[in-house]
Amino acid sequence: MLERRAAARGHELDIDPVTVGDALVPGNHDLLYVGGGQDREQAMIAPDLASHGDDVRAAVAGGSALLAVCGGYQLLGRGYRGRDGSWMAGAGLFPHETVAGDTRMIGDVLLESMLPEAPGRTIAGFENHAGRTLLDPGARPLGRVVAGYGNDGSSGAEGCRLGTALGTYLHGPLLPRNPWLADLLLSWALAHATGAEPEPLAPLDDSLEDAAHAVAAARARDRGGRPA
Amino acid sequence: MSARLAIESSAARLVGRLSRATGRGGGTTLPGKLVWRLDPGALDALAARLPAGLALVSATNGKTTTTAMASSILSPLQRLAWNHSGANLASGVTSTLLAARGAELGLLEVDEFVLPEVMRRTRPRVVSLGNLFRDQLDRYGELEHVAERWRAAVAALPGSTTLVVGADDPLVASLAEGRGRVLRFGVDDPARARSALQHASDSKYCVRCGALYHYDEAYVGHLGAYRCAVCGHVRPPLDVAARHIAPHGLDGVSFSLETPGGSARVRLALPGLYNVYNALAAASLALALGVALEDVAAGLERFRAAFGRFERFEAGDRRVLLLLVKNPAGANEAIRTLEEGGVPAIVVVALNDRIADGRDVSWIWDVDFEPLLEHARRIVVSGERATELALRLAYGGFPRDRLDVVPALDEALDRGLALTAPGDELAVLPTYTAMLSLRAIAAERGLAQPYWESTS
Repeated sequence: MLERRAAARGHELDIDPVTVGDALVPGNHDLLYVGGGQDREQAMIAPDLASHGDDVRAAVAGGSALLAVCGGYQLLGRGYRGRDGSWMAGAGLFPHETVAGDTRMIGDVLLESMLPEAPGRTIAGFENHAGRTLLDPGARPLGRVVAGYGNDGSSGAEGCRLGTALGTYLHGPLLPRNPWLADLLLSWALAHATGAEPEPLAPLDDSLEDAAHAVAAARARDRGGRPA
Repeated sequence: MSARLAIESSAARLVGRLSRATGRGGGTTLPGKLVWRLDPGALDALAARLPAGLALVSATNGKTTTTAMASSILSPLQRLAWNHSGANLASGVTSTLLAARGAELGLLEVDEFVLPEVMRRTRPRVVSLGNLFRDQLDRYGELEHVAERWRAAVAALPGSTTLVVGADDPLVASLAEGRGRVLRFGVDDPARARSALQHASDSKYCVRCGALYHYDEAYVGHLGAYRCAVCGHVRPPLDVAARHIAPHGLDGVSFSLETPGGSARVRLALPGLYNVYNALAAASLALALGVALEDVAAGLERFRAAFGRFERFEAGDRRVLLLLVKNPAGANEAIRTLEEGGVPAIVVVALNDRIADGRDVSWIWDVDFEPLLEHARRIVVSGERATELALRLAYGGFPRDRLDVVPALDEALDRGLALTAPGDELAVLPTYTAMLSLRAIAAERGLAQPYWESTS
């Protein structure tokens, strides 16, 4: 997705999979992506990711774009408190903590962006998480929940923005039906690569994307989980 | 039968006839819903009155086909109570047992999530657990969670129950460890294997120590001959195996069925390695019930596809091939099968997002659609989430001007047929509820029979 949208503007992406045990050199990557997984897989990578906390924070401080979805979003916070009281440390990038809940929050979601680059623009996705992510006071959410649960099912906030890093529970996947978000990340990545200021990318024909967004947004309005 | 059960049963059968008479569907689960709500214990009593007991079949992929194959083997030998329409929740199972007066043996496909309760209530003679793939996480939660529920249910089974397990699925095979009466089935044919696990593989970590498995042979998703280099955990020896597999394009597949009591060459009228797995599961189940190998082989050879799974029908001077796709592993195998037989020029893919399809449609991004994209001339995307499919195929590299977005299923079928040359075949790949609708459309036009008339 990112690769194709970059290619449409004449940029080639080199994709470099980073796994447990690999070194992460801040500044070497223009864009970082951290996905989610099943609980067991997440528990396997969590200590490694936490040990790279300094590198991840340095990369984002240096302007690398970062997208973290679901489990990746949780693991990049300060940590995760299990139902048995156990504590799993995170990478400490995003100013939040996650607490395991009794029920999973599952369903379609619709947000209104709180990003200054695109205030009020809608973001449609699907969420499936047991963790309740509590943002620190003053932390900036990605968006306001129109339909669905969001970070914790009650605050009305979803996701987190820190500099050029975005974290969110929304998959679906997130980027194809919200292509402007993909372009925003690419513009940050390009700025990191060239040293210039981020600039909006040339528009593409997004008629299929817009149609898919409209269907997903309607789904969330009809049947998304409701904040308590 | 108790008086209460008798009254509930006749009332429920009446509801079933009314439901069919009013045309509101096959009448398959309404009677059971009624009884299930009135008295869940009725299921215990209904199961207990079957003189030859019950066999249960569950798996993420292939449970309907496996059960239908088992029925093809068993139905000449015994009168069956078989939920052939795929109504596999507690209400559907109850309906089937209610409707099957005079049946000797229960043969029931059961949904993965309700299986523990059905196992507890029916005390089956045989339970077949085929595989666990990632499917409908929005409904079931994670794989491991389903496996833990199964593990507890297996532990509570009477010692007299025979457990049939897919040995090629590490998580499922581990459920049989330490049990006495077990039949383990699997594929053993390095010539048919892939050298590496596919991207979408679901269970790739050692069930004992958590290290990554090494696969000597990977056949379908994470099914294969695995071993752990760290702790030495390996696929257990196979009791029932398929060896020397020979595919015949889209027309079928042959293999040697090797069992503790001898071996037989079997020619299935269905293609695909995943159907070899289904045949092994059905054969193991029948063997566990005491059926002779020659009857097992004959039943498998007689078998024709369970509805919508792999079904062909004529539409004027064109043909339609209907292949159900419902999760990444199943879709990958359907596409691989299509590729082996030659991808038709025109393909319809239909994605719905109701509960039975999975409300979360992100799984389509884990499907390896590339063989279709490479060979199809034009693709019609349909269903409630047609636009999501369009994005998936477009970002997979399929040119947008060769994609038709036609959400209405009947119009998509018409468009696909109009684009298909006379004498050619149109491939249609729908998710579960889209498949039911497409079959109803085909039946309305006299192209295929409604499912409640097409079997038994």
